Amino acid sequence: MEALDGNAIGGLLHEVFDTEMTGAATVCGHCGDARPVAELVVYRQAPGTVVRCRSCENVLMVFVRAHGRTCVDLQGLAALG
Amino acid sequence: MAGTALRGRLTWQLAKVSAVCDETASVRTIMLDVPDWPGHEAGQHLDVRLTAEDGYVAERSYSIASAPGEPVAITVERLDDGEVSPYLTDELRAGDELELRGPIGGYFVWGPGDGGPLLLLAGGSGIVPLRAILRHRERTGSAVPVRLLYSSRSLDDVIYQAELDRPAPGVEVIHTLTRHQPPGWAGYARRVDAALLGEVAWPAASMPLTYVCGPTSFVEAVSQALVQSGYPPLRVKTERFGATGGT
Repeated sequence: MEALDGNAIGGLLHEVFDTEMTGAATVCGHCGDARPVAELVVYRQAPGTVVRCRSCENVLMVFVRAHGRTCVDLQGLAALG
Repeated sequence: MAGTALRGRLTWQLAKVSAVCDETASVRTIMLDVPDWPGHEAGQHLDVRLTAEDGYVAERSYSIASAPGEPVAITVERLDDGEVSPYLTDELRAGDELELRGPIGGYFVWGPGDGGPLLLLAGGSGIVPLRAILRHRERTGSAVPVRLLYSSRSLDDVIYQAELDRPAPGVEVIHTLTRHQPPGWAGYARRVDAALLGEVAWPAASMPLTYVCGPTSFVEAVSQALVQSGYPPLRVKTERFGATGGT
């Protein structure tokens, strides 16, 4: 599966955070790489979405949808927004 | 930014197809009447949701092809093994309804206040949000100089060809046809790399504001070439469509 980028999850993130997030700043919890959400590496395969660091490939965010709910894991991020 | 909902709920709503227009053999523009559209910025996208009779749901994102202030339109490329695009390009008719939400995205956007010069790099259907930017520039009377380098497989695959053949003053359009060239083609016939950027792009020293959009492989190759050529990464915005279409 080919990677997308953070632009592709603008709708999903808006749903979760109730605001536009593709321009939000992120910092990787592993390597410290800083860049906007839009520039992160995104793999979308229903029901899950995995967001990785463009520099070290660390998993930054995971979203899983089931039964009308979205589970959110942001543990890989040192900072968001 | 006026009239654009950045904060607040993003809700699904029903739009009505007002017209469809074939751009190429596999690409169609769908014009939409969206009753509660809050307005959009050039470069944003929207999500489309199709629900099958058995309840199976498929969602896809499509760039908005129209400028802010124009009726909402999306341009869709048919992927033969796609779940959503063949319905949009082959089945959908004027008068049909379509479920969507938007506008989405605040990063890959341009407004006259962002300035330039603008360097727009498109691969295949990556032209769509860049076309919205070009139309927005023209409608707002912006004099920001623009160079668009557009990579397509062949002349028949060039989307918005008639429009791009008559660019607004201050806009230069440069095509490269990577797979098939018509007889007598005097333009570029190779993939976008640092050498090609060196020939056609604004020099890095002019600090162009750069937008790159297309299939992931195209965007990766072009971003790498831009970095090699000394373009400041903070002035380069990218959007990747995945493995769609060709360049």
